[in-house]
This record gives sequence, structure tokens and C-alpha cells, in this order.
Amino acid sequence: MNEDQLRLLYRQVILDHSQHPHHHGTLADGSHEKEMENPTCGDVITVQVKLSPDGQQIADIAFNGSGCTISQASASMMTDVVQGKTVQEARDAVYLFSQMITGKETTKEMDDVLGDASLLAGVRAFPARIKCATLAWKALDQALPGFPEKE
Amino acid sequence: MAKLSPINKTDFPMWQGADAVPDAVYLDSAATAQKPQAVIDALVHYYTRQNANVHRGVYTLAEQATEAYENARQTVADFIHAEDTANIIFTRGTTESLNWIAQSWGGTHIQAGDEIIITIMEHHSNLVPWQQLALRTGAKLRYVDIDDQGLLDMPAYRAMLSARTKIVAVTQVSNVLGTINPIQEIGQLAHAAGAILVVDGAQSAPHMPVDVQALGADFFAFSGHKMLGPTGIGVLYGKMALLEAMPPIEFGGEMISKVEKFQTTWADIPWRFEGGTPNIAGAIGLAAAIRYLQAIGLDKIRDHERALTTYALDQLKAIPGLTIYGPQDAARRGGVIAFTLNGVHPHDLATVLDTQQVAVRAGHHCAQPLMQRLGVVATARASFYLYNGQADVDRLVAAVNEAKEFFQQ
Repeated sequence: MNEDQLRLLYRQVILDHSQHPHHHGTLADGSHEKEMENPTCGDVITVQVKLSPDGQQIADIAFNGSGCTISQASASMMTDVVQGKTVQEARDAVYLFSQMITGKETTKEMDDVLGDASLLAGVRAFPARIKCATLAWKALDQALPGFPEKE
Repeated sequence: MAKLSPINKTDFPMWQGADAVPDAVYLDSAATAQKPQAVIDALVHYYTRQNANVHRGVYTLAEQATEAYENARQTVADFIHAEDTANIIFTRGTTESLNWIAQSWGGTHIQAGDEIIITIMEHHSNLVPWQQLALRTGAKLRYVDIDDQGLLDMPAYRAMLSARTKIVAVTQVSNVLGTINPIQEIGQLAHAAGAILVVDGAQSAPHMPVDVQALGADFFAFSGHKMLGPTGIGVLYGKMALLEAMPPIEFGGEMISKVEKFQTTWADIPWRFEGGTPNIAGAIGLAAAIRYLQAIGLDKIRDHERALTTYALDQLKAIPGLTIYGPQDAARRGGVIAFTLNGVHPHDLATVLDTQQVAVRAGHHCAQPLMQRLGVVATARASFYLYNGQADVDRLVAAVNEAKEFFQQ
């Protein structure tokens, strides 16, 4: 681990998202939400979505809570990625993000779908921080309808 | 002031050898301690020259293993000044020790309406067992608060005690604040009210002389791995009258005297609490760790850590925007310093420190109610042991300053 990896982890875009997160706040008319805790540090994040009247599309999204640079930036980037997407497209993005963070390489599909969020690939070099990066995405996945409830 | 040098750092293989990172700074001994070669050698010796099950075989090797295991019990008894080896039960660690007290003694002596007093600074392992016991029995769980210095509110504790109080459970040293609690006084007050005193010694036994009888502890729990010993071994000390009133927790081999088809009589104390093959190597490794600590002297270790903590407090206080939790006077605290830095989340701080080869803990330290009381979600925490020196603190301070710069650019 060295300075270069640190610069890669905390790129300016990531710091910007963290300091000025997009879609931060609450929705007055959200239709689905999920609160999730990062058990390693106690950070709590809440993701709210408002689905279109037909229930197919994410019409609006917001997240709330405080946390580290990585979790805040990742949440902000996630909201940018899935705003306006269908439920299935959002789920696919969650899957791609998880594959990117835990895998070895970033594919062109990941780059295309995830946009800014693909810059979080640097988290790979810091396994202890993967949970910070995936927190908001997991919360979105569970907030959306059709998430398999545990027996 | 002469530089505070580490004690016997060369005895620790973590920093020795071609593939080691000799300048790695380890400041997380409150989580687990590094191991000296003497402890590793004792484990290897047992597995290569003494390995047999205990209290079973009639052959020489089994006799030797049994002797080594029971000698370890004697070493532990002497270490904490227990009345006798019978007062020493080997467990998996502090968590198991405390759970057994809550389940067995608590489960047979606590009723609805009784009160259990703990403190807001307890580690989850000395909190959740009592919380769950209270929920199961209908007893009331009460918390002693802390003041702005991170010291227990003793007047509030005194006022809380009554004939309803059955258990007072408290940590000797806080794993977050570092606070050293006045155990003797807490125990005298508890006993005057007719309650028993349970002491969590996980953060004290490794770092300072402990005399369970002088402390007035009815139960005392600690772990091997935080005091240079192996993981998976710990100790439950209990006063004989209390152990006699405790049903065994786990049933099986070794803990019985006679088994018939429909009833069983128990082995003597302490063996009736040690069902199944115990952690023989762990006990032997723990005894080696204790002998190692005793050869240096627990007083000397405490003095070293106190001087190092004084130095670290002074250095850290000088960093603008840094908040230190707990007593500001090293005389009242162990070598544990929890802190936060304005505008930098503890996780981000710990990651930057990690890139400088400085290992600190970041998180809630298994003390979430305390975190809520302090008004923080998480903190960073540096903790010291004998192998740390002034150079480690300097590296910590330099790395914190670097992190500050990094995130404020």
C-alpha cells in the first residue's frame, strides 16, 4: 500500500461527491426506503426512492445519514447512476458495482453503466473499506420492490 | 527527557526476519497483542513434545500434558493472586467467561424485580449478557453514567445501590476511554448492599498488577490473547462459594464424576466447568505469556505505558481539531487513547494511517452505548503495550498530521 493507491482511492471526484453529495436529504413522497448500518463503524445510511406510478421506474431518489468519505461519495454516485432508471436496470447496476469492487478489473460495461461510480474501483486495494463503498448500493437493492425476503 | 524505548521489542518475531516489516507501528494491542517468541515456542513444544489429551490417559505422555495444563492453572492463580487453583476456570476468553457468569450464576440467582448495575463505558461483552439476563428474568438493568472527564459518576452509583441490587458488573479499564475505575470502592459499596462484584479485566490484567482478593472481585474475567498469549484461551476467576452455587454450563466429557443412564454427578470445581477437551495448548501458551510478563514485571510495564500515554496525550493535544476522549491525566487511565479529528471520518483517518504503516483501530470499539453517550458514531483508537516506544507515538502524530493535510487540501 502506498501514496499512489491512496490518491487513487481518494480521487478529487470522490472527495467532491463526499463534500457535496448529490440527492442528499429526504423525499417528502418516497414510496420505498431502507435504512442500513455498516456494522464495522456504526455509520447508518437511509436510501429513499419514489417509483413512477406504474412502479417500473425510479422517478426520484435521496439518501440520508453521515459516514466516511467512501460511503458518502458512493451513495452520491449511486443516486446519479440510478435516477430515472427502471427497477431492473438499477438492480443490474448494483450487481455490476458489486462485481467491480470485489473483482479484479473494470469492464467497459461497468464503465458505461456506472459513470463516476466506476472511479471507486480503487477501493479494491483496501479490502477493509469495501463495506463502506457497497453500503448505499445494498440499501438501494433492498429498498426496491422484489428484493427476496429472508425466510 | 530520555527517549522512551520499547521493552524487549526484539523478542517479538512480528518485527524480525527477512520478510518482516521492521518499522510497522502496531497501536492496536487493546484489540489483540503481538506474541513473543517464548509463547510461540511453548505452543510448538506442547504440540511436538507433550501432545496428549488431559485427565484421561495413564501413559507418561498424557501425564506430562496433564501436568503442563494444571501447572498453567497454578501460574494463572498466582498471577492474579487467587486463593487456589480451584478458583481458576479456563474459558475461550473474556466474552465466554462473562456469558457463563450471566447464564449460570445469573440464571439461577436473578429474579424479576432484582437489579443489575453496569456502566455506560462497558464493552458489549460486559453489557449484552446482562441486558439479555435482565430481559429473560424481568430484572432491571441500570447504568452508571460518566462525567465529562470519562470518570464514573460515583455519587450516582451510590444512590443507585439498594437491597434490590444483586450484581454490579464493571470493567477495570475502559477499552475506549482508558479510564481506570476504582474497583475496590465499587466492590465495597456493592458488598455493603448485598450484591456481588463482577470485574471485566480484559484491559487491565495485561497491563498492570492485579490482585483479585484485594480488589474484592467475586468474579474476574480476562483473555489470553490481549496479554501476549494465544487466541481462544481466557480465564474465569470465581470465589469458591459462588462457583459452588453455579451449575455447569456445558455437559460432556471430563466435567463428570459419574454418569448413569438417568443422572450424572459432576466432577470437582474447576473441572466441572470445563466440558470436553480443553484448549490445552492455549493454557500452556497463556502460562508462558504470564511468565514472560512477570519476568519483566507488571509494575514496570504499567510505568512504561503510563509514561508513553503521558507523552502521546501531550503530542496529540497539540494537533488542532483533534479531540481526545477520557481522562486527560495518564495516572487515571491505561494506555488506550480514543480520538477524533474534525472533518475526517475515523475510517478515512485509519486508512491514511495504514498507508504510513501505522495500525490503529477505527470504529465503535464494541461499545455502542458509550459512543452514543459521547455523541460520536465512531472514533480512532491508539493503544500501547510494552513493545511500543516514543518513536511509535511520533509516527502516529506525523501520520495524523498527514491525514489532516490530505483531507483539508
